[in-house]
Formats: sequence, C-alpha cells, structure tokens
Amino acid sequence: MKRTALAAPYLVWMGLFTIIPLCIVFYFAFTDSVTGSFTLINLLSIGNYIPIFLRSIWLALVSTVICFVLAYPVAWFIAGCSPLKRRFLYMLVMLPMCMSFLLRTLAWVALLEDTGILNQIIGLLGISPLPMIRTDGAVILGMVYNYLPYMILPLYSVLLKIDHRLIEAAQDLGCSHAQVLRRVIFPLSVPGIVSGFTMVFVPAVSTFYISQKMGSSGTTLIGDVIESQFKAAYNPNLGAALSLILMVMVFICVAIMNRFSHDGGEEVITL
Amino acid sequence: MKRFNKVFTILVLIFLYVPMLVLAVASFNRGSDIATWSGFTFSQYGELFRDGTLLPLLANSLLLAVISAVVATVLGTMAAIGIHNMRGRLRTATIFVTNIPMTNPEIVTGVSLALLFAFAGTMLKRNDVFSFGTLLVAHVTFNLPYVILSVLPKLSQMEPDLQDAALDLGCTPLQAFFKVMIHEILPGVISGALMSFTMSLDDFVISYFVFGPSFVTLPVEIYNYTKKPLHPKIYALFTLLFAVILLVMVVMNLLQARDESRVGTLRRRKRAS
Repeated sequence: MKRTALAAPYLVWMGLFTIIPLCIVFYFAFTDSVTGSFTLINLLSIGNYIPIFLRSIWLALVSTVICFVLAYPVAWFIAGCSPLKRRFLYMLVMLPMCMSFLLRTLAWVALLEDTGILNQIIGLLGISPLPMIRTDGAVILGMVYNYLPYMILPLYSVLLKIDHRLIEAAQDLGCSHAQVLRRVIFPLSVPGIVSGFTMVFVPAVSTFYISQKMGSSGTTLIGDVIESQFKAAYNPNLGAALSLILMVMVFICVAIMNRFSHDGGEEVITL
Repeated sequence: MKRFNKVFTILVLIFLYVPMLVLAVASFNRGSDIATWSGFTFSQYGELFRDGTLLPLLANSLLLAVISAVVATVLGTMAAIGIHNMRGRLRTATIFVTNIPMTNPEIVTGVSLALLFAFAGTMLKRNDVFSFGTLLVAHVTFNLPYVILSVLPKLSQMEPDLQDAALDLGCTPLQAFFKVMIHEILPGVISGALMSFTMSLDDFVISYFVFGPSFVTLPVEIYNYTKKPLHPKIYALFTLLFAVILLVMVVMNLLQARDESRVGTLRRRKRAS
C-alpha cells in the first residue's frame, strides 16, 4: 500500500528528534564529563539521589491519589448533566490548563505565605499565622492543583460512555448504590483511571517548578536536581544519567498501570 | 448522592479558580506585592501597553504556537493516514514511537533535545543553534502525537469504501483526500490543531531547555521574572489572556450548541416525515 508512505516524513522526524536524542542521553549517561571516555561513575553516583527519587515518587503518588479522590465525583457529576451544562462544565475544567501554570503556582505562594492572604484572613480571626508554604503539604497542594484537570478529563470521558442501562440492570437485580459503584461503574471506568493516573503521576514526579516555589530545600525533587545539572551546576553527564533513570522508572510505572487496562492505549482526550 | 456530587463539584471548581481570582485582583492592585491590597488602579494595564516588554514576548509565543501547530497538523495528519493503513509489526512499532514523547516526562524530552542541539552546535561549529528553530522543532515534536491520536479514531470511524468509491469515480488520490476524506476526519484534525496550539502556547518545561537568547517566549520569561519580585503588569496580561480565552471558549460552546440543536431538529423532522 502506498498510503503507508505518508507516514514516512513523520517517522524520519521522530527518528531525528525523539530516538536520536534519547540515544544521546544514553551516551552522556555512560561517559565521563571531562575525557568523554566510557564510565559508570554517573550511574553509580545515583545512589546519593535515592532519597530524592523516593521523595519524588512518594509526593507524586500522594498527589495522584488525592487527585483521583477529588476528580471522581466531579467527573461523575459532569457526565450526568444535560449536554449543554456538560459542555460548559467541561470548559470550566479545561480552562485552567490553558493559563500559565507558572503564574497560577505563584498565586498559591501568595495565598499560603507566612504573610500571605490566607494567613491574613485567619489573622483577622485572631489565630496566629500557620506555617503553610515550604512544606511537603504545599508541594502536594501545588501538584494536585496543577494536574487535577488531567485526572478529571479522562475519567469524564469514560464515565460519559457508560451505558446507563447497565446501571439500571444492576439495580433491578438488587444491587445497592455501593454495589453498583463497585461492581459496574468502577470496573467500566478502569481505562480512564489508568490514563488519569498516568497523566497526573508523570508530570508530578518530574516537576521542578512546583517544588522550587512551594517547597523548601527539604523538598528537593528529582526534577530540581536534573534542572540544576543543566542550568546551574552544569554536569550534563550526571543530568543525563538521572534523566535516564527517571525515564526508565516512568516507563515501568506506565507499563504496570497499562496492565490494568485492556485498552490499546490509543486513547486521547479531545477538546 | 447527586446533591453531594454537585456541591463537591462546585467546591473543586472554586479550588481551581481561586488562584485566577487572586491574579485578577492583583492586576488592579496599586502596590506591587500580590498579597497586600493597597488600592484600586488601572495603571498596570496602561503600563503593559506602554512599555512594550511583555507584548512582543506574547507575539513570539503566538507565532511559535501557530507555526508549530500548522506543521504538526500537516505532518501528523499525513502520518495518521499512513498509520491507519499500516498492519502488523510496523504499526505496533510506529504507535510505540508515537507514545514515547507522550509518556516521557517533559523534563526528559527537554533535556534530550537540548543535548541533541548542543551536539549539533558543536558539529556545525556554531554557538547560536538555540533559537527559534530549536524551539519550533521541539514544539512540533511534542505536538505530533496529539494530532495523530486525535485523527486516528476519526479514520477508523470512516467508511473505508468512500475513499475507494471516489477513486473509482476518477478522482486522483489527492482529490479523493480533499473531496472526501478531509470532511470525515476534519473534527479530529481541528481538535488536534487546537490542542497543539494551546499546548505550545503554554509550554514552559521543554521550551526552557531549548530556547536561545535570540527568541524568548512568554512562559520562559515569566520563569526568569519569578526569580525576582514580579512586576504587576504581568498580572494584567494574565487577566487579559484569561478574559480572551474565556470569551473564545464560551463562543465556541454556543456555536456548537446551536449546531447541535439544528442537527437535532433536522433529525426530528426527518423522522416525522
């Protein structure tokens, strides 16, 4: 078939700008920054960063679970509205994704600071300022806030497709509300859950801006370390090694999550 | 249960919009500290248009977003048609490659492209490789998968015989594409293009690793700003952009709703006759 050839420019593009760059990351991870000779030093020094890796995974995982708990009722509610309302609510969820996430994160800093808006408000009630910014909680809040729409949208699109006759059938057969949720709705929404988890976890685990602004030196994440290797400390070889580990880790996580879903993985949310 | 979900949804939406409100209020604030209110003013908006440091950056971002969306849409739609006709291992491999930039953390994509461009720079003995070109390549690369994945489903929904019928009736393949196929897949193409445009416009992480001093986009500059105290005119720009995007989305929504109700009436009429 000649039509297959239409994909040729794309494949060349991806070869040049996706595959080769990853090979270069690989190459840098295994070479010395000064001599350029083969070395395992970069990968062996990863040992020093294990606590940071674990912290990144932990904070991202907590944020992902919180996102899920917040997103499910919202997605369910929107999916149950009339088409007109549905589209409007969908738009409201989408809209924050189009606005600068840097500035929105900064607005949270202004809200949570020791002299920030929230502390000023509780100060009026006579409560002394609470330390909110520069904590693990603040970083989690930043992640949840920024990535929540990425959880709502895929959940919404699977919940919308659920055939309501299935739910009615389950009710007719004597299922309680909880049973309907657990045995019918939940299993049917697994593909959305998997894609929501991936879409929140991956950016959360690799973020550096949120932890820079909302966190402290005690909440340094792996993204911060990688960023500083390229922008401050300038050790691209170590940076490449860390990126390589991060990438492998993310691919393993995604592969595990996709095992739960029988979907071909060709799903995408649309505007 | 429904009532609980409703209240919950409203609370979540408030949570999503509180920071926007903070920024919007800050844009009318006389002082420069975002957290202290020191009186109402429009002067930040005046400043924004007068001093002209931010608007050219916005123009840069828009230019990059439009060009990268167009390139990604053309390449991606072609690729989707190609992939649609692929079978077996070739298809699996291509889908796998398409998933790489989508699954990879943005920072890894950014870093890998930065290393590639730096390497190309050393090869070509040039120290100005980081420019509009590198940004464009990076943006097209991360946009392509989204275009492909929004066009592919439309292709599989399409009646396969339509294209063949057009060819049998004497269309050249190109005519068949523009007369038949494009109408079937247009919604997917448009949504891919829109997605590319928005993602490119607001991209910070990847741009941050591949930009050069000759061409800076708005998000990158905002990041540089946030290391020092921010000038409040940036809140004015944010608020204006927010208003524009909100307006565009509401209009799109209304148009769509009108289209749908029209289609609905047509169907009902058809059924009645």
